[in-house]
Amino acid sequence: MTIAELELALPEIFVLSAACVILLADLFIAEQRRGLTHMLAVFSLIFAAILSLRLMLPPGETVYAFSDTFVRDRFGDILKVFSYLILAAVFVYAKHSLRRAGLFKGEFYTLSLFALLGVMVLISASSMITLYLGLELLALSTYALVALDRESRFGSEAAMKYFILGSLASGLLLYGMSLLYGATGSLQLAEVSAALTGGAGDSMLLTFGLVFVVIGVAFKLGAVPFHMWVPDVYHGAPVAITLFISSVPKLAGLALAIRLLDNGLSGLHGDWQGMLVVLAALSLILGNFAAIAQTNIKRMLAYSTISHMGFMLLGILAGTPEGYAAAMFYAIAYALMSAGAFAVIILLSDGEREADQLDDFKGLARRSPWHAFLMMMILFSLAGVPVFLGFFAKWQVIAAVIAAGFTWLAVLAVLMAVVGAFYYLRVVKLMYFDEPEVEHGLVAPVDFRAVLTANGVAMLALGLFSGGLISLCISAFV
Amino acid sequence: MLTLAHFLTLGAVLFCISVAGIFLNRRNVLILLMCIELMLLAVNINFVAFSRFLDNMDGQVFVFFILTVAAAEAAIGLAILVVLFRNRRSIDVEELSDLRG
Repeated sequence: MTIAELELALPEIFVLSAACVILLADLFIAEQRRGLTHMLAVFSLIFAAILSLRLMLPPGETVYAFSDTFVRDRFGDILKVFSYLILAAVFVYAKHSLRRAGLFKGEFYTLSLFALLGVMVLISASSMITLYLGLELLALSTYALVALDRESRFGSEAAMKYFILGSLASGLLLYGMSLLYGATGSLQLAEVSAALTGGAGDSMLLTFGLVFVVIGVAFKLGAVPFHMWVPDVYHGAPVAITLFISSVPKLAGLALAIRLLDNGLSGLHGDWQGMLVVLAALSLILGNFAAIAQTNIKRMLAYSTISHMGFMLLGILAGTPEGYAAAMFYAIAYALMSAGAFAVIILLSDGEREADQLDDFKGLARRSPWHAFLMMMILFSLAGVPVFLGFFAKWQVIAAVIAAGFTWLAVLAVLMAVVGAFYYLRVVKLMYFDEPEVEHGLVAPVDFRAVLTANGVAMLALGLFSGGLISLCISAFV
Repeated sequence: MLTLAHFLTLGAVLFCISVAGIFLNRRNVLILLMCIELMLLAVNINFVAFSRFLDNMDGQVFVFFILTVAAAEAAIGLAILVVLFRNRRSIDVEELSDLRG
């Protein structure tokens, strides 16, 4: 290990130190001055973003470090910058919600920052060891976050279900990794890839290993039929935590899939493509139809996540650089949209009660026209209405899947997007055409309003100028 | 003479027992935690066996990491279990059904 290698991991080292400093500092910060912890966390994220931007590698350059277990490339750098920025927005949204629920504690910030560190290690993993360690750091922090409200029956049930199914997924993934290790003789993803192109390996071991690995990835992404945990966790966790789970870990899911399937197992593309086709098609169908039946908006957004993960898989299964870039664009767009949608639920919540029923959205336009307008833009983007961000995300993945020769899958995706539009537009109808059940306006701190406005306007702005973000994603895969 | 296949069979059998335990057990959450531990140990057997027969140390290094993570995982799992018991006075798997829809 040399100093130059440590420099490559500077953002990770910085986030780790920041998390430790915040953990310690929070012990000495009085209850009523907890806002200081929040400011420290947000500024560390902004600083980390500046650090990563300054160190960003040019397209096509890849550097390995720490005995080839850690990789820095443009794909990882871009994803990390978006992770910091989205997590900073999540912190601003969550503060408002946690304060009212009496959960405004330092643990939220340290656990989230450790989860972010897990995401970063996962994004930069070039060996199965680092991939597993990053994934577990993210998962273990998230299990604890779901149980943050220790008094809540729902919260503890959701945490337990998440823990059991998440650990099962890690176990399956590890079992798959052990078989791949046996077949190829290496844990390093580039060497696995080289061994596969060299035609090495027992084909039965490889097939079993691949199946287990794909199941593990599908569990982590929440793709049907491995989606059981998603609705329960989204529903049971405090809304601030649901907001977190639905945003940054999705970028990690994308990184997990691309590092394993593209960097490691590209030689088996023909085999895993078929499995992903089934996962994507089932996710699109079940996610969208089940979402229609929900009256709880957190559950509805959970099923919508499942369908969006189906869309993201479309990009990955194409197996081309354009497909991966489209999936990356989709993951970033989805994390932004979902953060905005949960922020509006936080805004509507009153005291300790969460506004998690669809009826809570009735007459929002009357109570606060601007926030109803922001929510409408976010919902249009989720539904994929043209000129909004979500439309271009869907466009890209569907173009990629047609180029890969799966026209029927593209047709299915478009049909399911139409089904999806129904339940998103139902919320718009509730906001604009129904009478409000409560008359009072909405209160939120200035920083919350500012970030939510930026988030909502970004749906339109990034849609109108989507070329920039798309070419950024494409530059990650040259 | 023990061959690689023997070790792999042992690993596969342990793995199947643990997965079956997770899906068949309808009683106690503690048993689920034990099944998860067993699953990680089954994976460890695979790694050590491959490492020995491939003459490559990486697999054994991975085993150390898995053992460490398993310890952390058990700690968090038991912590969640304590919270669950405090809220519900029961750790019955069948009763974990408030969240539905």
